[in-house]
Amino acid sequence: MKNKEMCKRVMSAAVAASLALTLCACGGGAKSSSGAIKIGGSGPLTGPAAVYGNAVKNAAEIAVEEVNAKGGLQFELDFEDDAHDAEKAVSAYGVLKDWGMQVSLATVTSAPGAAVAPMYRDDHIFGITPSGSSLAIIYEDPDNATNPYGNVYQMCFTDPNQGVASADYLAEHPDLGTSIAVIYKNDDNYSSGIFTKFKSEAGVKGLNIVYEGTFDDSNASDFTVQLKKAQDAGADLVFLPIYYDPASLILTQANQMGYAPTFFGVDGMDGILTLEGFDTSLAEGVYLLTPFSADATDDLTKNFTAKYKEKFGDVPNQFAADAYDCIYAIAQACEAAGVTADMKSNEVCDAMVKQFSSMTFNGLTGQNVKWSTSGEVSKSPKAVVIKNGVYVGVEN
Amino acid sequence: MSDKKKLPAFLSDKKYRGRLTSFSMVLIMYIVIEILMNTGNLSSLFTSLLVPVCCYIVAAIGLNLNVGISGELNLGQACFMSVGAFSAVCVSGSLASSVPDVPRLVISMIVGAILAAVFGILIGIPVLKLEGDYLAIVTLAFGQIVKSLITNMYLGIDEAGYHFSFVDNNVELIPGGKMLLNGPMGATGTQRISTFTAGVVLVVVALIIVYNLMFSRSGRAIMAARDNRIAAESVGIEIVRIKLLAFGISSCLAGAAGALYGLNYSTLIPAKFDFNTSILLLVYVVLGGLGNMNGTMIATIILVLLPELLRSMQDYRMLIYAIVLILIMLLTNNEMVKTWIQKAYLRLSTDRKGR
Repeated sequence: MKNKEMCKRVMSAAVAASLALTLCACGGGAKSSSGAIKIGGSGPLTGPAAVYGNAVKNAAEIAVEEVNAKGGLQFELDFEDDAHDAEKAVSAYGVLKDWGMQVSLATVTSAPGAAVAPMYRDDHIFGITPSGSSLAIIYEDPDNATNPYGNVYQMCFTDPNQGVASADYLAEHPDLGTSIAVIYKNDDNYSSGIFTKFKSEAGVKGLNIVYEGTFDDSNASDFTVQLKKAQDAGADLVFLPIYYDPASLILTQANQMGYAPTFFGVDGMDGILTLEGFDTSLAEGVYLLTPFSADATDDLTKNFTAKYKEKFGDVPNQFAADAYDCIYAIAQACEAAGVTADMKSNEVCDAMVKQFSSMTFNGLTGQNVKWSTSGEVSKSPKAVVIKNGVYVGVEN
Repeated sequence: MSDKKKLPAFLSDKKYRGRLTSFSMVLIMYIVIEILMNTGNLSSLFTSLLVPVCCYIVAAIGLNLNVGISGELNLGQACFMSVGAFSAVCVSGSLASSVPDVPRLVISMIVGAILAAVFGILIGIPVLKLEGDYLAIVTLAFGQIVKSLITNMYLGIDEAGYHFSFVDNNVELIPGGKMLLNGPMGATGTQRISTFTAGVVLVVVALIIVYNLMFSRSGRAIMAARDNRIAAESVGIEIVRIKLLAFGISSCLAGAAGALYGLNYSTLIPAKFDFNTSILLLVYVVLGGLGNMNGTMIATIILVLLPELLRSMQDYRMLIYAIVLILIMLLTNNEMVKTWIQKAYLRLSTDRKGR
């Protein structure tokens, strides 16, 4: 017994000592020594949301390489894993801050973004999130959309913005369908965020919502009940403010039931054509509002898609496109403001806020992109319809 | 050993030794970290981990009381954290304009702890009357229920008072109002009022409660009921009452820990406190040693810090984390390693004497 006690004591002493060592070893902030401006960022590189985080990381790497290859200002990227968890995102932020991050891509997903946004404000570091679409990332009081953090910007549309845009679009195009059913994921803040605003805007525009169906993580594989109810309610248009994974199942199951309304999606629907094992002919005639389509024929998109495919083996989605644009927007702002690698992050922040609130940016996800002083982006969502397996722009 | 005789009575007694080690460990860590923090030597990463580590320690100590001392498996400790966290966030949000930070934190934590304890006792009353692993099954289910309920709850506050709706969000607030709970988005815009000092105080309070219970009459009854239910019953111990006591305190501590956790982040989603978090807490307890509070604290600290320290390993991080987990499990149970460490220790001590 005595020996056992001793052994325990030795072990705990060793542990305490090693902990103390690690605590000290990591102290102190790093300074940029390589002459490159340090861009930080975090996103889910592991876990169920990893596909979004990796898309952003990959695209950001491509963009940084391209910008650096041009000569001029040099950038360095450190992209940390946050596993789509607020707690991990806060520690990832700590890692980035210790590394000496000067500008940031903030976070990929919304909830972690809302957790770190006040820290960006407190430490006065500029952040622009490629895809965190919740209002809580840019506003301290997201319920009233007031008290913007002021130095956290968004590259993607906000959720409410998408909901409103969708409702407006449907109101202007009654030929798509007038009896609307909605199927959304009620434990996902992206989906329910869009739905809430869609519903209130639909009320304003006098749209006729005949059915509201929900699902969550635990039952995201069978939608026949929701589809049957939508069919019984006489819906001729089904609005799907969800990601493409469940959407592909909905399309397949609707087809099996012989139910053929017009399907209308938002930017989460992008990616459906590249989903493995999905019969893309089922997506024929699906409308979606998206800022980016990998099949667009302009040089910028073609070049980006080709590079992404070559390097990572799959087709980039809108998360990747937003991240690519973020890096270019940061580079453009840094150049315009004369930011250098030896500037402190708070000086960089002031310069960036000044630039971003006044500049115009052209990128993959839109032309003449502008930002308001609260950090919200203004660009127009493009409505596309899937025809013969490719996106075709819809004339307004 | 001879030097043991020189120790005062309270040190040689096992009853006090564990307690003393715990409190001195917490105190030393607190002092060291405070010094590092105030001299600016603590990295941002570690600063950000201080409060969550304290929260997990308290929840794990509570869980150890239930699993280690009372011998009832609980697979839903995280849901009691969830109850504590969301109620504390609501209380704190409601009092934001009228009460200063420190009393607000205390009030929120007390409310969180009490609510979690009430839920714990409510589900404990029917379940603990049964023999066997029913508590594990029920807490597992309760965890899912709590997650689903909070995911569908909408609670707002404005000048006119509280507005509540369930499943469909019908809450419409007067401009200037605030959503306390927003369905799947959870709580957003929470003021971060948790501090490391509050975390350490909570750990100390949790240790005092657990140790005092362990070495009290009730504590002995709890352990007796764990070791042999029939024998304990035959000497007149009310099994249900004392098991309920342990379970209630366990969920109460989880609630307080959750409250501290919830008020440490400006956003909190219900999905955070899912089954995985419950299992993680159970891992801290099992690796630290059932009934061993010091072990639980050390295991929690290591296992929370480990994934962060391994960030430099990039893609291999989670792989290494899993391997380390398995290694710790094997090593702490391996007789050979134990005797090896003992021998090494003995050799060290004889060397010292020889000199």
